[in-house]
Order: sequence, then structure tokens, then C-alpha cells
Amino acid sequence: MKNRGETPGVNAGSMADIAFLLLIFFLVTTSIETDVGFNRMLSPIDISPPLPYNDKNILLVQVNHNNEILVDNELVDITDLRRIAVAFIDNGGATLDSEHYCDYCQGERSVFSSENPNKAVISLSSERDTGYATFIAIQNELVGAYNQLRNREALKLYGVKYTDMESEYLNVTSKGRKAKLKEKIETIKRRYPQKLSEAEIK
Amino acid sequence: MIKYSNKTDGGVPPVSTASLPDIVFMLLFFFMTVTVMKDSTLKVANELPNASEVKKMEKKDRIIYIHVGRPTEKYSAVFGSEPKIQLNDKYAEVSDIGTYVLEQIGKMPAHLRPYATISLKVDKRTGMGLISDIKQELRKVNALKVNYTTYDGDAFMNLRKTDN
Repeated sequence: MKNRGETPGVNAGSMADIAFLLLIFFLVTTSIETDVGFNRMLSPIDISPPLPYNDKNILLVQVNHNNEILVDNELVDITDLRRIAVAFIDNGGATLDSEHYCDYCQGERSVFSSENPNKAVISLSSERDTGYATFIAIQNELVGAYNQLRNREALKLYGVKYTDMESEYLNVTSKGRKAKLKEKIETIKRRYPQKLSEAEIK
Repeated sequence: MIKYSNKTDGGVPPVSTASLPDIVFMLLFFFMTVTVMKDSTLKVANELPNASEVKKMEKKDRIIYIHVGRPTEKYSAVFGSEPKIQLNDKYAEVSDIGTYVLEQIGKMPAHLRPYATISLKVDKRTGMGLISDIKQELRKVNALKVNYTTYDGDAFMNLRKTDN
């Protein structure tokens, strides 16, 4: 008798078809989603009166319904916003004998602008008809200004960019390295804290 | 007599398809790893704005999504063209957000609850008024961590086509 003791091989010719079916199924039911964005902390609802803030420590950014940008009541172009924000945060206007003196600032030290990066607040207010796209573009520029200053400090202190440290922090696995990185990030954050407030619409 | 084998009579030998399944499987695994399952069908237009100074979001298990945008063509005849909020699979009002967020936080394991983040996926043609209302609702239920989800790209691209 033929074929005794031998099993015939399975025909694998349709394997490709099956795999194609699976592939098409996954293509249809899934999507590639974005997972990037701006993290923001909303302020809790609080009935206590706001802390008194010195006018020179606030950079008022307003966007109207025509998506025009006013910084301290002056019309500016969005491409200038990053430069203005950097100049404001990094100003360090407090005098040498003051307790708020900023020894790492490289700004103009004007007396009419912020005293210290720790005190500098950027207030962003919009109107009901302001476009979300403009709002995000402005957020992008303001966050960019903070990143620029933080990168500068990180390069000076540790020889790496702040943004690189942050992305490394998400991927690093060893505990010791993570703790060290966190400490560095915290140091930079203390020098240039992100004080960005979104005002309510009136 | 000489017998000629007619094997090599000028014709090209057929391409072997034996490795085809392997190639397709490779593609399949690629798509399985880089994509995620759609958990809800979108009923709103959702073209996110671009931004470059963005941060990567945290793990998915602690994120609650809120979609905002104009109803898609299929629904615009019934629901109009004003931007609407979509929670899960259906349209919702601003006042529904608080309950929805609390419900979603309630479903999370207890150790993740303090890290719950609300991802606002807002179409770029939406006005800030609606977003402000949403933020106000979120503050009411003390869900303060939000993320303006964007695409990675040049932020000035947003400003080019703000009309329509």
C-alpha cells in the first residue's frame, strides 16, 4: 500500500488569503491616533479673592473675535509673540539687593517688566468667537518661549536640552537614572516655572 | 537518439509565491502594533489643530476623551452645523459633561483616579466659547487635568485656513 505511515502535508496555498483577510480586518477596525498635546491644569473654583499681583509681573495676552492678538493692549503679530514672551519672562528686573534678584536671567532688566521668572505670569484671555486654532497657535508660542529658556538653562547646567530630558524621562526604565533625571528636570522647572493662566471669558 | 529536455525552452520561470504569506503576516503584525481599536465612531468633524511644542500624553488607561466639532455631513441635516460635543457614541450638552466625567473616573481603578486626564479633542474651527463652557463644567466636578490634544506639526499652519 502507498502512503502508509506518512501523513500528507497540509496545503498552505490559502494561507496568504487568510492573512490578507486578517490584515484587512485590522485596517478597517483600527486607527492611528495622536497622543500628543498641551497638558494644562485648570484652576479650582475658588471664592477667595485673587492675590494682589504687581502689574509689571503680568503679561496680558488677549485674542479678539477677529483672531487679532493684543499684548499689553498693543496689536502684535503672532510671529513676534515668542520673542516678546521670552523677553518678559527672562527680564529679571529686581535689583541686586532685592530678595527676588535673578542671577541666571539674561534679559534687559527693565524696571517696567517682570522682576523674576518665578513671579512672571502670562495671562491669556479670549473671546467667545475666538478660533480654537488661533488659541492653540498662541499656546504653542508661549510654551515655546518657556521651552526655549528651559533649554538654555539645561544646556548651561547639564549640557543637554530640556525637551530631550523630558522625552527621555518617559522612556527611561532604570530607577536610579529616572530619579536623577527627575531631579534635573525639577531644578530647571524651578528656575523657569510655567505660569500660564487662561482667563475666563466674561 | 538524443532526447532534449524541454525544461529550458526560453520561457521565464514563474515567480515563487511561497513567501507571500510571510510578507502579509509581517504587514499584519505591523498594523496590529501601531494602531489601536476605535472605541467610538465619530459623529463630529475632528480635524485637530497642529502644534510643535507638544508633550506626549500619558498612558491610555487614565484618559477620558471629549470630542468637539461640527456634526459630520451625515448628521448635519438633523443637528445643524454648530459645533457639538460628543461623549462616547452620542451628542451631548455642556451640562452632561460633569456627570460623564465623574462616571468615567468612577470606572477607573482607584490608584489611577488622581491621574485622570481629560483629553479635549476639539476641531480647529470651533470657537473658544464652547471650550470655555466645557472647562467651567470640568472645574465644577474638580477634574482639573486637561490636555488639548493636537497633531504634531507647524502651529502657524492653523492660521492659514481659519475661515469657512
